[in-house]
Amino acid sequence: MSDQAQSDAPLRRTSLYEAHKRAGARMVPFTGYEMPVQYSGLVDEHKAVREAVGLFDVSHMGELELRGVYAKQVVNFLVTNDIGKLVDGQAVYTCCCNAEGTILDDLIIYRAASDRFLVVCNASNRAKIVAVFEKAAKDHCEFVDRSDETALIALQGPKAWQVLAQAGDISHLAAMPAFHFGEANLFNVPCTVARTGYTGEDGCEIFCPWDEAPKVWDGLLTVGAPFGIKPAGLGCRDTLRLECKMALYGNDIDETTNPIEAGLSWTIKFEKGDFVGREVLARAKERGVTRKLVGFEMTGRGIARHGYPTKAPEGGEPVGVVTSGSPSPTTGKNIGLAYLPVALTAIGSKFLVDCRGKDVEAVVVKTPFYKRK
Amino acid sequence: MSNVNVPDDLRYTKDHEWAKLDGNKVRVGITSFAVEQLGDITLVDLPKVGTKLEAGKAFGTVESVKTLSDLYAPMSGTVVEVNEALANAPELVNEGAFDKGWMIVLEVADSTGFDGLLDAASYRKHLDESAH
Repeated sequence: MSDQAQSDAPLRRTSLYEAHKRAGARMVPFTGYEMPVQYSGLVDEHKAVREAVGLFDVSHMGELELRGVYAKQVVNFLVTNDIGKLVDGQAVYTCCCNAEGTILDDLIIYRAASDRFLVVCNASNRAKIVAVFEKAAKDHCEFVDRSDETALIALQGPKAWQVLAQAGDISHLAAMPAFHFGEANLFNVPCTVARTGYTGEDGCEIFCPWDEAPKVWDGLLTVGAPFGIKPAGLGCRDTLRLECKMALYGNDIDETTNPIEAGLSWTIKFEKGDFVGREVLARAKERGVTRKLVGFEMTGRGIARHGYPTKAPEGGEPVGVVTSGSPSPTTGKNIGLAYLPVALTAIGSKFLVDCRGKDVEAVVVKTPFYKRK
Repeated sequence: MSNVNVPDDLRYTKDHEWAKLDGNKVRVGITSFAVEQLGDITLVDLPKVGTKLEAGKAFGTVESVKTLSDLYAPMSGTVVEVNEALANAPELVNEGAFDKGWMIVLEVADSTGFDGLLDAASYRKHLDESAH
């Protein structure tokens, strides 16, 4: 048994660090923060989110605010989706590309008002995205990085909204559709509650002031106890999102991949006008891509992991790479995502995954691997 | 770490394998501590009977939902038994790291290497030290 190497660099902590320790979390370094990877156990937490409700600390994520009459134009020029169509209290998932049409980050953009937008980015990309948005905002609108003052808690699972109803008056939010948000006082803490998530279940993500997060966190665990709430770590966050084929930046998408090959064409709105990467992406769409991100199941004995090469069924040289792979707690199968040459991407296509020198059979399957009823 | 189960009748490696000597045979598995670190074990890949192992060299892998770890041979020898049940029920390792989750039995030519392994007290100390 070999231990995984860990960096000695000083790590930051979220305001929920003490709460995690109290709950028996195993903390690991993650994008510069000391974050809980699991509490009771990955599979146990995964099941809690699928069957009841789980609570995640994702305060490490970045929150950027753009204000001013031109904020909308600035943001819309930087992202592939059309935020011009959002109404107040509505959010959208989007890619943010560079001029080469490859992905700088995937984001959720929230329209708080016609002149106020919130951009939520991956913690690993915060510095990069801050630089891009700050530069674009210069002379056009106000830009503030709110990440260090904003905590983010995700309450996810079929019972999430029942738990939330115990946390404060949310009657005005209860009928809110997905990708909408509103304000609410939870345990007397002013929060923004968005019907979004990264697990494939119903639920919400709660923004609150950094120092007040423990009040919201502890409160939710207390009122959620009769519903079977469990604190849930980054470990199950990854298996939950993978089962729903939600891309993980740094694994499935990065600056070497474009949204079309990543299966994120639906986030590109060419008709909205000019935006960074538009020209290259339009050309890529017209010509077609050479590889695509597909979901697969292992049919042989092996677990695919990030970075394992993929091969044609007859073997030979690698033709692609696994970007995410794991046993799926919900389906019981070993699943994954991989970039494959277009010729191998039809549902039912067989290929091989080179699991540390051993070629193991896999088959392309329909995604998502799991869809809630 | 004092609450982790470390049976006194076994010997250990710093990589968290345990070994149990019985004549010229050594039963090998991974410790409760290792299992706790790995979480839910989903795949155990072991060598075939007859494979010759060298002390300190990787002989197989154990995978949990999140990670993969190599297994290291505590002693040199020949694999004479493999826990075939683990192929279809890797969770046996979670259920009993020191008993039904055993992995292989080695036949060793020279059992003196066994005394070079950590005893329970030294292994406990090793766990305490690596926790800080």
